[in-house]
Amino acid sequence: MSDTIRLSQARRGDRGVIVQVGGHCHHDEHALELERRLLELGFVEGARVELLHEGLLGRDPIAMKVDDMRVALRRHEAAGLTVRVEPAASGAAAAVEAARVPA
Amino acid sequence: MDMAVRSARVALVGNPNSGKTALFNALTGAHQKVANYAGVTVERKEGFIRGGEGRTMSVLDLPGTYSLRARSPDEEVTRDAVLGRLAGETPPDVIVCVADATNLRLVLRLVLELKAVGRPMVLALNMYDIAQRQGLRIDLERLSAELGLPIVTTVATRRRGVDDLVAAVEAAAGAWSPGAEMAWTAPDAAALRGAAREAERIMKACVQPPERPDTLTGRIDSVLLHPVGGLVILMALLFVMFQAVFTWATPLMDGIEGLLAGLGAWVATVMPDGIWQSLIVDGLISGVGSVLVFLPQILILFLFIILLEDFGYMARAAFLMDRIMGGAGLHGRAFIPLLSSFACAIPGVMAARVIDSKRDRLTTVMVAPLMTCSARIPVYTLIIAAFIPNRTVWGFANMQGLVMFGLYAAGILSALVVSFVIRRVFWRGAVEPFMMELPAYKTPDLRSVGFNLWLRARIFLERAGRIILPLMVLIWVLSTFPYPPEGATGPAIDYSFAGRLGHALEPVFAPIGFNWQMVIALIPGMAAREVAVAALGTVYAIADPESATSLLGVTLAAQWSLATGLAFLAWYIFAPQCVATLGVVKRELNSWKWMWVMVAYMFGLAYLAAFVTYRAAVALGGG
Ligand SMILES: Nc1nc2c(ncn2[C@@H]2O[C@H](COP(=O)(O)OP(=O)(O)OP(=O)(O)O)[C@@H](O)[C@H]2O)c(=O)[nH]1
Ligand SMILES: [Mg+2]
Repeated sequence: MSDTIRLSQARRGDRGVIVQVGGHCHHDEHALELERRLLELGFVEGARVELLHEGLLGRDPIAMKVDDMRVALRRHEAAGLTVRVEPAASGAAAAVEAARVPA
Repeated sequence: MDMAVRSARVALVGNPNSGKTALFNALTGAHQKVANYAGVTVERKEGFIRGGEGRTMSVLDLPGTYSLRARSPDEEVTRDAVLGRLAGETPPDVIVCVADATNLRLVLRLVLELKAVGRPMVLALNMYDIAQRQGLRIDLERLSAELGLPIVTTVATRRRGVDDLVAAVEAAAGAWSPGAEMAWTAPDAAALRGAAREAERIMKACVQPPERPDTLTGRIDSVLLHPVGGLVILMALLFVMFQAVFTWATPLMDGIEGLLAGLGAWVATVMPDGIWQSLIVDGLISGVGSVLVFLPQILILFLFIILLEDFGYMARAAFLMDRIMGGAGLHGRAFIPLLSSFACAIPGVMAARVIDSKRDRLTTVMVAPLMTCSARIPVYTLIIAAFIPNRTVWGFANMQGLVMFGLYAAGILSALVVSFVIRRVFWRGAVEPFMMELPAYKTPDLRSVGFNLWLRARIFLERAGRIILPLMVLIWVLSTFPYPPEGATGPAIDYSFAGRLGHALEPVFAPIGFNWQMVIALIPGMAAREVAVAALGTVYAIADPESATSLLGVTLAAQWSLATGLAFLAWYIFAPQCVATLGVVKRELNSWKWMWVMVAYMFGLAYLAAFVTYRAAVALGGG
């Protein structure tokens, strides 16, 4: 079973595929702008993401691999992205694996 | 027809870090206007090249962007230049889209957007050396057909493909029929998704994944981005950087000092005594020389900044510092402008353009001048050498080094406090996005590092020539004329314009322990901080010809009390004594109000700090 989460809830080592960029409400100017910026940085539906690093305070910001490039964002912005997490690579096991096999 | 007469204009556009500036340097070499920034491009920069048959072309280097839909001021520069929206400028005749061949996805989307602009375009696949090393296979013919653009592969740092690029640009310019309309409109989310899908399709069709992908970046990142280890490394790097500025530079500085002293002595022997000798020796050589000496320190500082930038570390530093600086109300991206401000506040203030949000940018600009810029180094070094004993404390640390460190720390701390206050007082709670690409690590190219350093040296020397030299002549004139009346007893300088002005203003500065010579030095020091040192040199050389032969530091140690010396240092942490910085702040914020706010708060802090320092030192017996 695969499940979808907001990218802001992901932990180090989680990987998956972006299924939705932007929120559901399309009235908020801020949210629309954020959505377009995310799209321009390569966060599009279907892109593969993997969370590589977390900051010290509050595990924020996060660094991730998006397809074949690396991008850093705050969890606040990452909340605009919905990701289908790959089950095998979710959770603690993935963290161990990510540490062993550098991306 | 128009085209043949006017030189063609070419604009370099592309994602950040794709090598536009490197390509610009390869194209134009030394034929460029030198601008005052390091690392990331935030301003348009123009240079000239000779094309075939002696035609010249003008080339524009532009800030990197992911989209013409600009979100920060540096990206607006790119948008406006591409669309010809800048006052008095036509759109470029040819757009050269510079792409990092190893990272094509985002730039392909940008290419699709740029095509809508309707200008002739050439795609430069840069960093082709890295692509080949990785075994990345790109079907150039197919890619060219899919995009409908001529493609040239380049290695900007090695000048490879530059001639092909010039030829392709000339062909594109020649084949163009004017009259096409500029048709760009900001894409909405649906259009962006469509373009991203199209870019993805082209990518799949033309690019084979690399045989030997870059695994190094991931491995380095797991060390440098480690939540704790990464921060420790960052702090260690900064420590080494400042250590190097003060230790590596010493032999070079001694060398320059020796040369200048020799020059002064030689001039004194070949020129007859008198007014012209005094102008050359006291005014020019000791004035300008006292500033020139700091070239090595400034270049070492820039060397570090350029190396870190080229290596790809700066974005990591912003990542590590984001939350920590966020506590003081600063954006992670502010780290880079603030670090540049250690070299000079002007590139620092300008680099703040990479910050998208207006408020974050304003806060960054307001505190950038509190970072200890290299122009303060002359002042600090001089006063520390004169007043702080060169002693080892706690078994390992040098006392003078500790004071220097303390001055830097005071600057940083006050910047954090001020930005915290700005956040609290002016806008509360607003959270601005932080998102940035973390580029792949690269070995810095020594030739281009050298070239960039040389540009910095040129700026420094031009500044010494254009600003400091005339000011030194002015100070010499003011402190030499008018001559003292017959039978005057005091030193000649007391009767000069400068002496009178210094005496008149002395009461204002007496509470913080400044004497009139210091007041004289502060006046031209408004133009640039380091001028104060030169001015002190000139003032004391004229006031007391005997002292002209000894080092300025020795003179000061004899003439000032310890409390005065320390108060002078405290003043220099804060005083906004740099007209050029204030001018840039006004321009960048487009506001006189904020510039005056800066002047007021910084002078206020300077006076307060000097007052407290002086009084405390006097109370402790340093008066
Ligand atoms: N190996 C290799 N390195 C390159 C090449 N071109 C540029 N670089 C390096 O890539 C880094 C970034 O180059 P810049 O020219 O500063 O990039 P830019 O596009 O001007 O960046 P922004 O101004 O930030 O948009 C520098 O360290 C260059 O030395 C190339 O063709 N090959
Ligand atoms: Mg550049």
